[in-house]
Amino acid sequence: MNTVAVAIKNVSKQFKGGTIALQDIELDIEAGEFVSLIGPSGCGKSTLLRIIGDLIESSSGSTTVNGKPAREARRDHDYGIVFQDAVLYEWRTVAKNIALPLELAGWDKERRQKRIDEMLDLVELDGFAEHHPWQLSGGMQQRVAIARALSFDPALLLMDEPFGALDEMTRERLNVELLRIWEASGSTVVFVTHSIAEAVFLSTRVVVMSPRPGRISKVIPIDLPRPRSAATREDPRFFELATQVRETLHLGGGLDTPLAATGLSEGAA
Amino acid sequence: MSAAPLSVQPLPGGGLAAGVGRRARDWFPSLVVLVAFVGLWEGIVRGLKVQRFLLPAPSAIWTSFSANQGQLWHEGWFTLQEALGGFALGCGAGIVFAIVVARWNLLGDALMPYAIAANAIPIIAFAPITNAWFSPLTKTSHMMIASVLCFFPVFVNVVRGLRSVKPAQIELMRSYAVGEFTVFRLVRVPTALPFLFTALRVASVLAMIGAIVSEYYGGSLDTLGANILQDASLFQFEKAWAEIVIACVLGIGFYLAVALVERVATRWQQRVEMIGA
Repeated sequence: MNTVAVAIKNVSKQFKGGTIALQDIELDIEAGEFVSLIGPSGCGKSTLLRIIGDLIESSSGSTTVNGKPAREARRDHDYGIVFQDAVLYEWRTVAKNIALPLELAGWDKERRQKRIDEMLDLVELDGFAEHHPWQLSGGMQQRVAIARALSFDPALLLMDEPFGALDEMTRERLNVELLRIWEASGSTVVFVTHSIAEAVFLSTRVVVMSPRPGRISKVIPIDLPRPRSAATREDPRFFELATQVRETLHLGGGLDTPLAATGLSEGAA
Repeated sequence: MSAAPLSVQPLPGGGLAAGVGRRARDWFPSLVVLVAFVGLWEGIVRGLKVQRFLLPAPSAIWTSFSANQGQLWHEGWFTLQEALGGFALGCGAGIVFAIVVARWNLLGDALMPYAIAANAIPIIAFAPITNAWFSPLTKTSHMMIASVLCFFPVFVNVVRGLRSVKPAQIELMRSYAVGEFTVFRLVRVPTALPFLFTALRVASVLAMIGAIVSEYYGGSLDTLGANILQDASLFQFEKAWAEIVIACVLGIGFYLAVALVERVATRWQQRVEMIGA
């Protein structure tokens, strides 16, 4: 049985200065899917993610999460979110950062501790519970942020270029880890990225967006077999799909503006 | 360079005790400098036969200190109480005003220029007048000067601290759908703490200065300031110097106490920052 986790109907967003960030976005994401939003800078992918999370209000249209309006879903703690920066609270230890949403939800100490241990185990940071964020590498910090976002078992995980600031090696390793975590948790993931390889490797579907105004150019289903591993990246089908995404991106109006083209070639590298 | 920088730092080992122990070792060179300095001072005063009203020898100051110990500590305690009271009052008011101003931006924008301008006023100039405002023989008038001196740095720094929260940390809190008070408690306060302590350290020094200098302008005769002034005019220079030494010891002690509380309260900060602090 497939249920719709996120339903975006006819959503547009115009910012105060008049910039149209998103126009007529239609997208349904089914429960358990891993959907990537990809596109050059200014295509509104991060804005769309924030509209799903009710961190930004859309100018028109409706967004429902788990059958509820986005605002209600936010109030019900229906989603966890991970940003490009880990956004850890530097005065809290790793354990206390992970437990923050649990504290806010009123979990008692014993239950919190049990969950902290499980999450540390999940993101392979056992032994780092009492460290402070500054003592961790960028990749480790991002794993803490993922553990925190998943700690309260949200049905939906929103990720805004979570590995964008990391080096390629770390990024690829965390991609594999993220898939393992996603498969173990069974949650729905909406993932914003600049990287074609990352989008194809991770997703069940890739949503290609184009800028000015932000629109969905094409939704590309990714039929690579699971579980995916480092070997997946050498699969001929992986290259086919990556090429398909790249061509769609270029058709979407990236090429006539050198700035956007630069953004794309970076993503493709 | 013996150790390569690691991406994962070990936990600072041994906690506070080891930190203090490490410091004792670090402080040894400074201690040598102090001993050398006092020795040189004694030598120059004796060797060049410096007049005692210009500079008494450390040994003479020590003799006077020993002879008047009871009275000196009594005066010091009186002045320290003024400084502590003024510190508590001024810093407390500074924190409360900062919270109000940081919460209501419009009010902050209206008041901040005056706060910054007022910060540049030589508050100590008001000392003779506060003696007229408050009963001159109690601690109140000196406490007031000390508290006004403490108020501004604390106010300005805490406003800055409360406002320097990272937008992403607020956005994450929004995703948890928590109220403004929770954001204040969980994000704004911890962010402002290092700013607050920077100001408190400054304020601890200002409180002592405010108390002693305002004592020069009158009030109880039980105070360090009044006695430094009186002893100097009565040619009791050794005793005046002994009082200055007491003022230094109390001032440094006050500062170190604040710094110690800071260390405990913001222990999460990076070591490198703490050494610099």
